[in-house]
Amino acid sequence: MRNFTTTLKNHYDTHPDRTSLVVQLAGKEDQSISYRDLLRGSAGWASLYREHNIQPGEVVILIMQHSVELVYAYWGAVLHGAIPSILPYLTEKLSPERYREDLASLVDISQPAAIVTFPEFEAEVRSALHKGDSVRAVILTGQDIPVDPDFSTLGGMQRQPEEIVLLQHSSGTTGLQKGIALSHKSVFNQLDTYSARLKVNPEDDVIVSWLPLYHDMGLIACYLMPILYGIKLVIMSPFDWVRAPYRLLQSVTRYRGTLSWLPNFAYVFCAEKIRDRDLEGVDLSSWRAVTNCSEPVRILAHEKFAERFAAFGLKKDALVTSYAMAENTFAVTQSGVGVPVTVDLVDREAVQTEWEARPASDGRDALRMLSSGRPISNTQVRIFDKNGKPMPERKIGEVGIQSDCMLTGFYHRDDLTKKAFIDGWYLTGDYGYVADGELYVTGRKKDLIIVGGKNIYPADLEHLAMEVKGVHPGRVVAFGVFNEESGTEEVVIVSEVDVDDPAEKEAIANEIRRVVTRGSAVALRHVYLVPAKWIIKTSSGKTARPANREKYLKEMASK
Amino acid sequence: MSDSIADVLSTKIAERILKQPNRVIKPEEPLISSGLIDSFSLVDLALIVEDEFGVRIDDSELNADTFDTLDALVKLIESRK
Repeated sequence: MRNFTTTLKNHYDTHPDRTSLVVQLAGKEDQSISYRDLLRGSAGWASLYREHNIQPGEVVILIMQHSVELVYAYWGAVLHGAIPSILPYLTEKLSPERYREDLASLVDISQPAAIVTFPEFEAEVRSALHKGDSVRAVILTGQDIPVDPDFSTLGGMQRQPEEIVLLQHSSGTTGLQKGIALSHKSVFNQLDTYSARLKVNPEDDVIVSWLPLYHDMGLIACYLMPILYGIKLVIMSPFDWVRAPYRLLQSVTRYRGTLSWLPNFAYVFCAEKIRDRDLEGVDLSSWRAVTNCSEPVRILAHEKFAERFAAFGLKKDALVTSYAMAENTFAVTQSGVGVPVTVDLVDREAVQTEWEARPASDGRDALRMLSSGRPISNTQVRIFDKNGKPMPERKIGEVGIQSDCMLTGFYHRDDLTKKAFIDGWYLTGDYGYVADGELYVTGRKKDLIIVGGKNIYPADLEHLAMEVKGVHPGRVVAFGVFNEESGTEEVVIVSEVDVDDPAEKEAIANEIRRVVTRGSAVALRHVYLVPAKWIIKTSSGKTARPANREKYLKEMASK
Repeated sequence: MSDSIADVLSTKIAERILKQPNRVIKPEEPLISSGLIDSFSLVDLALIVEDEFGVRIDDSELNADTFDTLDALVKLIESRK
């Protein structure tokens, strides 16, 4: 039987001394972990879960900073047969009250049996719990003792391929209430296909990552794939990377990294914010595929990155793209490795007014669309019109997918799972078109904002803004506006207010910025205060976010 | 001297990081713990300090424990000039 535990056992039996991963932490020596270390450390955690009477099939929530303990606690849950889920740690800016509320609502829905955290965070975790909830144990780091795994007693050996192996949550109240449940089989179906498309060779490939593990790109491509498939992984903390983006390039140099994944903004961030002195000795010639994924892919970001790092050995064809989502485990498409990504020049006006990606004729204003590549071989992509009718090539509609690696469901949310599928197709909420078999994503139907690869639900931000004195329920709207310069979306909040005094308005705007920043994963910059009746509502009285976004952009353009 | 360092920092942070050129940052106002300067902007802050004052702030120092206000940042800069 093939599941996560039997796969780890194979690595442990056949090459226990092979390096599985290298954990990097700023200011500390890199720590190299072999498969023997990994299995022993994780088996220690499996014993701990057993001692706490956690049963196979129960959910274990991990709230831990980047660390070796996080790795062992995660795979320990897998070995025990429990279902791990990693949550973001409380950041400096996030208000503890908000974090507590979000954690409490996650506990209500996902019903974890245990929460694992560091001793210094225990009080915070306990304050979110209450008598009678599902959590029977708060397990602290520092108690585990590595042991040789006894596979005859490990619950993970008995897990069936169709059973749920992990949950994945995105941030914010909405995201935490929608845990994506994946089975062993879905993850293997995805990764067998995806690793073949990338022509992965475990003997030669090295994955270097700074991505957080509570996000599909970091978790699936840069954590599960390397560890389950025997590819060496070099993993650093997202907190270290964002303060020193050069660390990624230095690690690629030092470990001869071949594969990495980055959200679009990170290409711009690296190109613009790394000083020359931090690039001394950097050699990126080993990098064969750097995949742009998890937010809209833009040619401008690739150009900036390629230009900045060409002198450091970066191969231009190393920059590739993917369209992925946690609901399909990860990748839906991937552009070809070792070949340039296709750029499709299309008529801008036809895209906007006729919903057609017509090749641009000479002299017409062309939009440079970067391809997301072809579907991976187990996934079908189809474009649907608003009536659910399949569309021909170059017609823009909603992207639908079908595969053998879809989510089992939104955990304990059968209502949401049922709504997500129509005639066996999962409708992604993204708009796009197919040309010559390649997918191009043009926009979004769903009210989701993606900031630096993070999924943000506008309703969460609007609720936060409504807490501010002077802002009224139903009279505030949040949406994202893509900023080509930074390569990601920026959040805008428009709020109606009843005051005219500029100082008073300024105070309200600053308070909205403060409350939203402290209560969510974004730093809010753009607040636009408007008089009553500015915000457009639908006939049923709901706030129409796309229409308000259009109105905002028009007013900004005329200023 | 310290007044002018604070003034320059306030102006640059308002323009380049907050994108609110008229915003005045008070000397005691929390910068990092409040999220006013978010993690993606910490590198920008280090670049501003280096470009304007020739003082290097190591990435391990880009946190609220090292400095969280303009006052504290000015002191850090002065101690290294």
